[in-house]
Amino acid sequence: MSAAARRQSLLGRFTRHRPALLGAVAVVLLCLAALFAPALAPHDPVELDTSVRFFAPLTHSAFPLGTDELGRDTLSRLLYGGQISLTVGVVAMATTVLTGALVGLVSGYYGGWVGTLLMRFVDMMLCFPQVFLLLVVAAFVTPTLISISLIIGLTSWMEVARIIRAEILHLKEQDFVQAARALGAGGVRIMTRELLPNIMAPLLVAATLKVAAAVLLESYISYLGYGVQPPLASWGNMLTNAQGYFDSESWLAIFPGVMITITVMSFNFLGDGLRDALDPRLRMEP
Amino acid sequence: MLSYIGRRVLQAIPLLIGVSVIGFGLMHLAPGGPLAVYTLNPTITAQDIERIKIIFGLDQPVHVQYLKWATGMFTGNWGYTFFGGRPVLWVIVERLPATMLLMGSALSIAILLGITVGMIGAVRRYSVWDYLATSGALVALSFPTFWFGLMAIFVFAVDLRWLPSGGMYELGEEGNVVDLLRHLILPTLVLALVITATYSRYARSSFLEVLHQDYMRTARAKGLRPRERLFRHAFPNAVKPLIALLGTDLPVLFSGALVTESIFGWPGMGRLFVDALTMKEYPILMGMIMFTAFFVILGNLLADIAIALLDPRVRLA
Repeated sequence: MSAAARRQSLLGRFTRHRPALLGAVAVVLLCLAALFAPALAPHDPVELDTSVRFFAPLTHSAFPLGTDELGRDTLSRLLYGGQISLTVGVVAMATTVLTGALVGLVSGYYGGWVGTLLMRFVDMMLCFPQVFLLLVVAAFVTPTLISISLIIGLTSWMEVARIIRAEILHLKEQDFVQAARALGAGGVRIMTRELLPNIMAPLLVAATLKVAAAVLLESYISYLGYGVQPPLASWGNMLTNAQGYFDSESWLAIFPGVMITITVMSFNFLGDGLRDALDPRLRMEP
Repeated sequence: MLSYIGRRVLQAIPLLIGVSVIGFGLMHLAPGGPLAVYTLNPTITAQDIERIKIIFGLDQPVHVQYLKWATGMFTGNWGYTFFGGRPVLWVIVERLPATMLLMGSALSIAILLGITVGMIGAVRRYSVWDYLATSGALVALSFPTFWFGLMAIFVFAVDLRWLPSGGMYELGEEGNVVDLLRHLILPTLVLALVITATYSRYARSSFLEVLHQDYMRTARAKGLRPRERLFRHAFPNAVKPLIALLGTDLPVLFSGALVTESIFGWPGMGRLFVDALTMKEYPILMGMIMFTAFFVILGNLLADIAIALLDPRVRLA
């Protein structure tokens, strides 16, 4: 099969996967909305105005999705909250994938005691429930966007390391790697030039799914009060706020939750579709 | 078999030591060290803190401190809480029954439902059911647990008033089983949702793998009925890998329980953890982290042993 035909069939498999396609479109829209939040938001997300408290959605044209207990515009807060969620999602994903790929590559390629030691460390980290670790570390540091992203990333790279290691163990026995070694290529060159391109598919799938996981985790820790701090809007802390007005102003709790669900779902469907399209084992099937 | 168990237990020991080193390191990562909480109290002077440091042995070299702490951990002396001075181990164990009840009921529902849904999906592959189940599972995995919990409270407790919105008992009803069950329903369903989704996905792929094996074709050639083939031949082999997942998924279960408990005010370990976090109760936090890590190691060990009992290939390898 020529490279072009192969790419076409990859794209074909992906676009036939309706939920994945829908996920991809939603991801693009969410990213655009976050990127252009300053232009799209009708109000300043932290602007207080107690004369417009608790407007219900669709009742005032100036506040299409209503206002919260301090008169802040829900739509604007959702847009800016999206910026935060996606930033944390992407930075945490990058941390996860970089750490996981590095550990997986090194331990898979070199093996020996370095590899064993690294994988034992992975086993140890996996003994801790992630939310417990996250919350403790988050409580220790001053919460900023970067620190939250790093904490999430550094507590979720272990599965990626395992996946990549398994791939590398399989790949390094293959002829093209042996050939590169016979030609005198060093370890670093083999890892970056020969092995890395061949693990791009599982990495891409893991990266997509990790964005979803990171967005979800950020909302958890923000909801519990250790993530993004008010007055900065995050979908998680908007839910915390809304909980106080649950009986009378329940709509406040609906929008942020819907946004988190849609975002996480889009990335999950996209990742799932990518896996179906890229996984060579599934490709063999009729 | 015994030698297999022995080997597994021996392998768990370095893991346990490593986990305790990480846990200890984490405690020393705390800003202001483990005594940070005292610096918030204006009546405690710098000299007092120095004295407390000596009492707790915090002036000694790190490895000495670690050894003291680790021996304490293994002999049941987990230190005392800052507020109230109660033994940490006791405070944690006190919360164990509530968490076990919640996790146990959620897990039972999730395993039954997850395996059933996954099995149907695998047998009727690419059918409407399969499609609904796989997409449904992915949607369920995308729900933020706490939001799902809030919505459940809103619908069933605030709006319909069918079920209580939180806690374990109504005031004055402590020990009433019916009251306990009413309080258990919502948190169990919320916690079970995500686990069910996970298990249905695992079960589907596990059944798919087994259904295409040669011995299944042989069973069909022998003229066995579909029901017999599925339950007598496929089921035992398809369920085996799921037992291992029971062990490895324990941390996820604990994380889910933490979030669920904090929404529903369920007085379990997760709730204790969140409360300890706000009060900067480092001894409880460290105790909880170590406690759950021990549990996870134990769970993995038991899962491995269970698989070895079921599958001779594992223990002879």
